[in-house]
Amino acid sequence: MSTAGYSVVAVTAVVVATLAVGAYGWRFSRTTSDFFVASRTVRPALNASAIGGEYLSAASFLGVAGLVLAFGTEMLWYPVGWTAGYLVLLVLVAAPLRRSGAYTLPDFAESRLESRGVRRLSALLVVAIGWLYLMPQFQGAGIALAATTGTGPWLGGVLVATVVLVNVLFGGMRSITFVQAFQYWLKLTALLFPLLFMVTIWLGDGGVSPASTGTTPGDSWESPLAGTGDHQLYTTYSIIIATFFGTMGLPHVVVRFYTNPDGAAARRTTLFVLALLGLFYLLPPVYGGLGRLYAPDLIASGNTESVVLELPSRMLAGTLGELLSALTTAGAFAAFLSTSSGLTVAVAGVISQDGLGRRLGGVRAFQAGAVVAVLVPLGLALLAEGVGVARAVGLAFAFAASTFCPLLVLGIWWRRLTDAGAIAGMLVGGGCAGAAVIATLLGVTPTGWPGALLAQPAAWTVPLAFLAMVGVSLTTPRRVPRHTARTMIRLHTPEAVQLDRGVLPR
Amino acid sequence: MPDPSPRRVRVTSPRTGAARVQRVPVAREIEAQTALGEVYMSSLLRSQLRLALLALATLAVVVGGIPLLFWLAPELSSVEVLAVPLPWLLLAFAVYPFLLAIGWLYVRAAERNERAFTDVLDRS
Repeated sequence: MSTAGYSVVAVTAVVVATLAVGAYGWRFSRTTSDFFVASRTVRPALNASAIGGEYLSAASFLGVAGLVLAFGTEMLWYPVGWTAGYLVLLVLVAAPLRRSGAYTLPDFAESRLESRGVRRLSALLVVAIGWLYLMPQFQGAGIALAATTGTGPWLGGVLVATVVLVNVLFGGMRSITFVQAFQYWLKLTALLFPLLFMVTIWLGDGGVSPASTGTTPGDSWESPLAGTGDHQLYTTYSIIIATFFGTMGLPHVVVRFYTNPDGAAARRTTLFVLALLGLFYLLPPVYGGLGRLYAPDLIASGNTESVVLELPSRMLAGTLGELLSALTTAGAFAAFLSTSSGLTVAVAGVISQDGLGRRLGGVRAFQAGAVVAVLVPLGLALLAEGVGVARAVGLAFAFAASTFCPLLVLGIWWRRLTDAGAIAGMLVGGGCAGAAVIATLLGVTPTGWPGALLAQPAAWTVPLAFLAMVGVSLTTPRRVPRHTARTMIRLHTPEAVQLDRGVLPR
Repeated sequence: MPDPSPRRVRVTSPRTGAARVQRVPVAREIEAQTALGEVYMSSLLRSQLRLALLALATLAVVVGGIPLLFWLAPELSSVEVLAVPLPWLLLAFAVYPFLLAIGWLYVRAAERNERAFTDVLDRS
């Protein structure tokens, strides 16, 4: 059988396994609560595997190795930032967010600030971030399937969208939790197992350092600073700010917190996730480093994102190499499926509550929301040209850090936040970051400082959003929500204490 | 047969009623949002916020200091530890156990703060 043949079998196996594990969850999915939050009964270990499975997207599985292969050590800031983002989430947001008792970011915004306006703006932003993040997943699936089996680039996206939709329509959050926990371990195995063989070969060849083979003179492959020339320090810190503070604002990350039984469990789950992410991110950079030694032609041809898929069959001759390449292809599909499922559940939750809930209600509205949540970004992915999976995901992080990060941090820790301040901050941060995102998607790339500021906007848009939110809140002190003190009690007191926590949303 | 032991006599003071203090549990103070309840709440909030900022400051200095270090001393990029370039060693391997350690210490301290708060409320 050829490499393409093995890959078709591997992708089919992942799709069938995903549907089968999902079907196991369907049996338990009865109530609206099952669909939205798995009835808030998921234990930390299972929940952490599910969060890890959901979070490790195509950008982590394919993108990181490709970026390290092409640009070197500086690109390690992406996996480091995506992990450190969970640490920031843990210390600032995890337990209070669970205790808030809300389900989506708009729920949190409304219950904290007691304003329908903030809710509507948050709902819009959740859908925007979700679609910005879903689009590259579908594109990546198309690229991966085309690279390994030679089908048309549209097939992979349609395949992933269909499987996600089937699982979400029938099982909601309950079934997705099982699917994603399974997919974390599948992704880890799919990277680790081929790597054991490849590292053995590398050591047998003398263990040459990838840094020693400079493809171009004056190449700075081992330097940890991103970008070129005068903007190195700015670009590096901008990536750090976007990833460290963007994680908490991603809709599919936040929705997961409501599946924990209480605030303390939310903290422990997050700590567990931190360990699982650290374990996983040890692997993709090694693919990038080995790719520099064994597949340097990918840099010239610009196909660096397929290094994870192609490296095993290049380093190991015969059937074994082909089988291992098929395994990494299967892992890549697990990555597309799990992240898309999580985002679909999150976006569908918001669309059904804020768009369709009044007309349909309950499970039916959730299912209608899921259809809309998948079809729009699938259409965008099929129409628009790709900007690189890791690149588009990086922009989604910058956008989330400039909008929801200030809302969550100030909402949880600062009593004087007002609805007017929150709206101003999200408009300023979202407007500036959104303009930079659109400029990049349209291919506008000025040189010098304006170019650096547009390519990595987080370092200036995040502080600007915080400033606007604090400034406007301080000038509108009479709009501080009436029940702020009661809300703060709910957010911060441990559940063991018997207290009147005010009216929980729903 | 009459009981040989003397009858128990209750000794009371005329001032009892006046001196008795109505004890209100702290939890009720917090619920009613009195000045005292507010003191307990803001002390919990302050201790948790101080802890969070401490964790973030450690992260900012240690991990956030790496780009600055290599910008100020670019020759460090070519230093090798056990045949691995120093930047690679830091960013691909060493940083993850460090992040996990901060997280673990934070969770322990945060749960300790909450236990202290719960104990104060239970004792009252």
